[in-house]
Amino acid sequence: MKLRDCLLAALGTLSSHKMRSALTMLGVLIGVAAVISMVSLTKMEQAMVEESFQSLGADLIFVTPGAAKYEGGIGGTIGPLATLTLEDAEAIARDAPSVFAVSPVTETMTQIVAGGENLASTTMGVTPNYQYVRNLQTEQGEFITTQDYQGKKRVVVLGKQLAEDLFGQLSPVGQNIRINGRQFMVIGVLEPKGSIFGGEDQAAIVPLSTAQAIISSGVTGTSAHSIQGISIQAQSKEVVDSAQWEVKAILRQRHHIKSEDDDDFTIISMDDISSTADQMYAIGSIVWGGIAGISLLVGGIGIMNIMLVSVTERIREIGLRKALGAKRRDILIQFLTESAMMSLLGGVIGVLLGWILIKIASIVLASMGYPFPAMLPADIVAIAVGMAVFVGLASGVYPAIRAARLDPIDALHHE
Amino acid sequence: MIKLDNVTKVYRMGLTEIVALREVSFHIETGEMVSVTGPSGSGKSTMMNIVGCLDRPSSGRYWLDGVEVSNLSDDQLAEIRNGKIGFVFQSFNLLPRTTALANVELPLVYGGAGNRRQRALEALDSVGLSHRAGHTSSELAGGEQQRVAIARALVNNPSIILADEPTGNLDTKTSREVMLLFQELNKRGITIVVVTHEPDIVIYTQRTIKILDGQIEK
Repeated sequence: MKLRDCLLAALGTLSSHKMRSALTMLGVLIGVAAVISMVSLTKMEQAMVEESFQSLGADLIFVTPGAAKYEGGIGGTIGPLATLTLEDAEAIARDAPSVFAVSPVTETMTQIVAGGENLASTTMGVTPNYQYVRNLQTEQGEFITTQDYQGKKRVVVLGKQLAEDLFGQLSPVGQNIRINGRQFMVIGVLEPKGSIFGGEDQAAIVPLSTAQAIISSGVTGTSAHSIQGISIQAQSKEVVDSAQWEVKAILRQRHHIKSEDDDDFTIISMDDISSTADQMYAIGSIVWGGIAGISLLVGGIGIMNIMLVSVTERIREIGLRKALGAKRRDILIQFLTESAMMSLLGGVIGVLLGWILIKIASIVLASMGYPFPAMLPADIVAIAVGMAVFVGLASGVYPAIRAARLDPIDALHHE
Repeated sequence: MIKLDNVTKVYRMGLTEIVALREVSFHIETGEMVSVTGPSGSGKSTMMNIVGCLDRPSSGRYWLDGVEVSNLSDDQLAEIRNGKIGFVFQSFNLLPRTTALANVELPLVYGGAGNRRQRALEALDSVGLSHRAGHTSSELAGGEQQRVAIARALVNNPSIILADEPTGNLDTKTSREVMLLFQELNKRGITIVVVTHEPDIVIYTQRTIKILDGQIEK
């Protein structure tokens, strides 16, 4: 029996039981759509996160106080948190040749009051170059200037979310707000950064000098000179590693850490973060893909079930075909073709459905302010359709063998 | 030409053995039209299964067209059935929801023959049904369905046509038409073996083989 005859015969059988074939396909269809949309959505999120990393710059290094909990990971920090000082940042800027820019940051939980609103929010103290190191854009007004910094002026730039919480739709620029009881004038509002690196979205940003003079002082556990982080930009992507080593050496020396002791600070490069994130997403893909794969398996069981019913219903037909000269192999191939065709068709429609789901998710997320560009990686499609056909063939094998083994005489006289 | 020599068929049902055929020997010459009769349980079905290469004898030998087929494998028997034997059944056994033409083509599909459509149309024409080629089985009357089945039996140019109670589901008028068709095909040189228990059908054949209790009644 030629391939073309097999395909035509299978198509004929499936189309003569349209409802049943459609319902059987549904299992595989949903499985494939689930695999495709789950894995693709994870990939889309990953792509977006990577883009955020890119927008921050691959040449960034972050220093935070306290030792890393886990070797080489992003784990939180432990130990005394007042180990970094403004002088550390100045020393790095002065002594590390591979470093291009250094931006120290203080962070304090503060009470912010504007008009009738009273919110608890983080106030960050930064230097003017923070804007360039972290690639921040102002939506209204301006960022903190060198004059503001040197003059310890009481000016504040609001994160987008905080501005909306305090002022609603009104323009905050030129308005006064109170931070821990001290009056500040709003000089700018930042563009929203989105979910992943949007720490600034909810923060009030003031000159570091002002923060150390009137906000941080007196807060328990910090000295007037302690800072909560240093963002460092290397001269280029290529020297990030040497910049990291230089920073480490400078800080160890300044902190008088003995060679056998651990660092009392943590250095993380953008590279570390993005490779850890990649790992996370790879695991996410496998987990989601695996869960979706189970539904594909269930779809396969559905096919096997229907194929067994189909074999039982068509025992006489099988007997007739054998009487007319069909060999075991012919019957085997006939039933395998039917089950593979059902799952292939289900798989192809599942890819289309998955693509529609991805499109919808992308549109919904975009309307919520998370621009996920829809994508459908070709390798995922190939794997999903391949799995569907494999499931179809695997679940067709047992019914097909049963059909092929039927005795022609018994089959012909089956009632 | 069909030649059976001391063919015995024994079925095993649990612990008991049932002898369905007991040392049966006969032959049917090429071009003969023979009827096989006998009450149910006489062994005539078993004999027809062996003659039709659907089953093998337990002992004894069977030659079809000079080829001994008693010990062939399942696949070899399938090839013999496909090439040398045309089956006609009591209940027609056409594929449902399938056109007459496609039903007639079916043996050619398994035989790997070319020019299938043309040959199937010729076979339908020889049973007078070429005008119904595009109709599905369920759209055809009983007599028409059996004629499609006969066309299907003819399409591979078989050595013999084996008809098992071909008129069992037909009324008297269509039974007569079907038997006259068999006679016409026989005149063209095709060997025809008809299994029946109806005396009205036997009269259309040249010779009768009677079977009783697994043996040929002399």
